[in-house]
Amino acid sequence: MKVLYFAWLKAKTGIGEEDIAPPDGTATVGQLVEFLKARSPGHAAAFETMSAVRVAVNQDFGNLDTPVKVGDEVAFFPPVTGG
Amino acid sequence: MTIRVQREDFDPGAELARFSSGKTNVGGICLFVGLVRDYMGHDPASGAQVNGMTLEHYPGMTERQLEAIEAEARKRWPLDDALVIHRYGRLEPGERIVLVAASSAHRDAAFEACRFLIDWLKTKAPFWKVEHTPQGDAWVDAKESDDAAASRWDQAKA
Repeated sequence: MKVLYFAWLKAKTGIGEEDIAPPDGTATVGQLVEFLKARSPGHAAAFETMSAVRVAVNQDFGNLDTPVKVGDEVAFFPPVTGG
Repeated sequence: MTIRVQREDFDPGAELARFSSGKTNVGGICLFVGLVRDYMGHDPASGAQVNGMTLEHYPGMTERQLEAIEAEARKRWPLDDALVIHRYGRLEPGERIVLVAASSAHRDAAFEACRFLIDWLKTKAPFWKVEHTPQGDAWVDAKESDDAAASRWDQAKA
């Protein structure tokens, strides 16, 4: 599974992109976040306030209940501020 | 219908000339250009100085979202054509960030679709701004006013 981080989530994790193999039974974004939080103090900091985090699964907006599976591209980022 | 996500600047006059070229069935074009402000927030008097900003985006998803926003505009209004150009990378105060344009047989659809495109883009296209200030870098927070502007169109649809 490819996980991407943007804006301050990238700054906090110190990573733009990582390939990860979440444990069996990881079926939703919420479960993936629990796994990612434990990877480093930076990850824990990035996911500390989930109300400030948005997610996209395979480049479509999702939420904590969105299903994830092997091979998906999952991106975490703050609310968008373009335009 | 054209979407461009690019680092380099664009020339609004040249874009308008190209966009309007050969359109004999179009009564009006509405075109919006967004610029980089040199202060934070809404109020120039109290806003801290901004020396520039850097826009980051999510390549792939950005184009996909902009295409979806344009498709939605075309569903809602009888548009002849639409154009969206959005820049990324380092930008200085006064520089152009974004251009949206809509053309239609009549002006109402062009005005409304142009406004819709920029309102939805601001809350749905994956761009993030970090402002460079004398006190350091600061990620821009999403604005409630932008959410309100975008949700206005949700109600309009209902």
